[in-house]
Amino acid sequence: MRMRDLAGVAAAGIGLAAVPFFGLPAFYESFLYLVFHWIVLAVSWNILSGYSGYFSFGHGAFFGAGMYTTATLATKAGVPFLWTLPAAALVAAVFGVALGAVVFRLPRLRGELFALLTLAVTFVLATVVLNTPIDGGPGLYLSAVPLPAIGPSPSSTFYLLGLALALTTLWIAREIQRSRLGTGLFAIHDDEDVAEVLGVPTYRYKLAAFGLSCGLAGIAGGIQAMFISYVTVGETFSIAVPLNVVLMSVLGGSRHWFGPAVGAAAVTALLYAFTAGDYAVAGRAAVGLILILVILFLPEGIFGELIGALKRRRASVTPAVDASDLPAPSAAGPGKPENRPLLEARGLSKAFRGVQALAGVDLEVRRGEILGLVGPNGSGKSTLINVVSGHFRPDSGRILFEGSDLAALEAHCIARSGIARTYQIPRPFAHLSVLENVALPAMFGRDAQARPDAEREARRWLAFTGLAGKAMSLPGELNLHQRKFLELARALASRPNLLLLDEVFSGLTHAEIDDAIRLIREIRARGATIVFVEHVIRAVMELTDRVVVLSYGRVIAEGDPRAVMREPDVVTAYLGKPRA
Amino acid sequence: MALPSLTLLGQSLLSGLFIGALYGLLGLGLSLSWGMLRQINLAHFALAFLGAYLTYQLASVGMDPLATLALIVPFFFSLGALMHWLLARFSVSAFNSLLVSFGLTAIIEALIQWIWTADFRRMESGYGEVKFRVGSLYVALPELFTLAMALALSLLVWAWLRHTYAGKAMRAIAEDAPIAAAFGVDVRGLSLLLSGLCSAFAGVAGLCLALSYTLAPGQIYAWLGVVFAAVMLGGLGRPLGPLVAGIVIGVSEALTMAFTAPAWAPLVSFSLLIVVLLVRPGRI
Repeated sequence: MRMRDLAGVAAAGIGLAAVPFFGLPAFYESFLYLVFHWIVLAVSWNILSGYSGYFSFGHGAFFGAGMYTTATLATKAGVPFLWTLPAAALVAAVFGVALGAVVFRLPRLRGELFALLTLAVTFVLATVVLNTPIDGGPGLYLSAVPLPAIGPSPSSTFYLLGLALALTTLWIAREIQRSRLGTGLFAIHDDEDVAEVLGVPTYRYKLAAFGLSCGLAGIAGGIQAMFISYVTVGETFSIAVPLNVVLMSVLGGSRHWFGPAVGAAAVTALLYAFTAGDYAVAGRAAVGLILILVILFLPEGIFGELIGALKRRRASVTPAVDASDLPAPSAAGPGKPENRPLLEARGLSKAFRGVQALAGVDLEVRRGEILGLVGPNGSGKSTLINVVSGHFRPDSGRILFEGSDLAALEAHCIARSGIARTYQIPRPFAHLSVLENVALPAMFGRDAQARPDAEREARRWLAFTGLAGKAMSLPGELNLHQRKFLELARALASRPNLLLLDEVFSGLTHAEIDDAIRLIREIRARGATIVFVEHVIRAVMELTDRVVVLSYGRVIAEGDPRAVMREPDVVTAYLGKPRA
Repeated sequence: MALPSLTLLGQSLLSGLFIGALYGLLGLGLSLSWGMLRQINLAHFALAFLGAYLTYQLASVGMDPLATLALIVPFFFSLGALMHWLLARFSVSAFNSLLVSFGLTAIIEALIQWIWTADFRRMESGYGEVKFRVGSLYVALPELFTLAMALALSLLVWAWLRHTYAGKAMRAIAEDAPIAAAFGVDVRGLSLLLSGLCSAFAGVAGLCLALSYTLAPGQIYAWLGVVFAAVMLGGLGRPLGPLVAGIVIGVSEALTMAFTAPAWAPLVSFSLLIVVLLVRPGRI
């Protein structure tokens, strides 16, 4: 399948490259160059914005950075045109990575704020270029810069350059979509915090995608500078680039590497038809109208809807599943917790403004045990899970896991060291299938498996949790009970040493709770250590070896479940003081 | 670098104040619909320009520019309510509302260019010439009118949100629309009212634009960055925020122009915005 794909693409590429040598009129070559140009811009934009959902309105800034790099080097430093292109890519990429290095550190700057910030950056860059010797106002002429004769004529040279860059960009976008980077970016799109907790290095991935995206836009800018041969600030940093690029990707479908290319070809042809007929103004209005209609009626884009329909048809044929080769129960056997601690928390504190959620918690989790974490609402149980899994950093204290301190680690490193968690309210990746949801932690967890192995692993855990029949469904099609088990399967797929369960039983019926209790026993029998936060006292009594009771961020009791739940302090914490 | 004279400094502070008022007036509707209805209306600027061109057209057939408000306000109110109805009908998310209004901007821009061409247009009215002298400084009537309008509308909205039942209900909708609905608040009606008002404010801002500025379709985007900066600096959904932030930006721009070159002015608002986004992102 893959080889045939590649052979097809190569044949198409060679065929397209041969076109200018058969005497195509210059007019068509220039038009096709423009199509390639917009394909590069739209597909490169999509690598960050479509895959990860960080919509940038600043693609014009990076395109412009490339344009001015080539224009400046070629006119003022006399660098040969082709040599300016790598420089254009580098300048644009460095600019993007520098911006990303700051912006991606701030979790608030997502969605519309990221879009507006990148738009603002475009205008700032435009002002700087306009007011410094880079441009200074009159614009830069490249007409005297010699164009290397790659094709038989200047227009065919641009055609070939555009073609080469478009094919390269498409190839890069395709490889990214199929790689770990792409999987990570799609997870970031749906829920960035969960992706990080499951082991995706979100910060690095966003930077990498942004850098690549900007670099490709930079080269496109470099070629375009030579093509139009007169570069001005007003034309370069206009609203047209972000508007068109967003439209093309949304129209084509931004969840697939090929979608933006379809959109780019369609919009370019449309705009060209209007311009050729002297209706440039109507063309812009048409672009605006199409954007509105697509958002309202085709939210997945033309290509996205097509792929979706294909997938649904294919999904009806589900492959056979086997849960037979799950890891065997450990030799030690169940129910024999050792005394060596797996996890130790020492003096753990965390405050949210005025609220002291954790006030110096000391706790140890022994290898192989099931530890129940109980306490009234607001006592700090979920905060403790969030701190251990790296979602929050503790204000002070240490978390020792198998001897090393986790307190300063980023969440994805904690996931890789063998800790997995579930969320009280299930947080599946909404646009990924159930199978992809569960395969992701296997790809990014402790073993960092390749995709086919991860999917095999995922199928086993789906069978284990009784979701095998739902592998191809989207999480939205599951009921609460199934979504809770999906959370569980996702946590198990990374084969953690320590499993943190946050209220898996809440909202389930009695029969469903029985199911869940059986599953958790089995998980422990396979060698995992489990900490679970729970309000369902029956489950606590049936499952736990020990319980720890939290109240107001402190440990007030610990030990055998039956004994602890009778202690006066615990009763008071739950029910208040009895009137004497 | 020569220091500007005291008169020049005073005059530039004053012009900063007035342009800041226009930023605030343009930002008011934008901030309210973003902060309270979660609709980011990029087309607000295009609407304001449409208002400006309509004022220009009505004035050119002999209507008094201020009297055009009687037509502009109801027309834009209905337009805004219609737009909200459409966005609500398709339950468009905050982000997609940005894209939809991006498309709408392109359509309105093309419409303006089609009717009034891309040439610069300047409204001829008696008001433009009226100037007052305060000490050694001059104040033009259109600018004073803009400041008065911005102050009046911002304060009225503020008082409405704070002191009336409907205003309080509106704030409840901004917090959590489904819960507000569960407590008997007429979410649909009030949302339509607010988006109508926001759009009407764009019309009023358009009138002020036409009074003081030369119009061209391409100018729509010139205001976008600065006004968004004012809206975000002022805090979303706060009626007095855009005006205060707008004046801060206007005055800093004027000072930048006085001390360096005029072309550096756009850098001020964007730098302020970027700094605020980076240092205090929680504010927005």
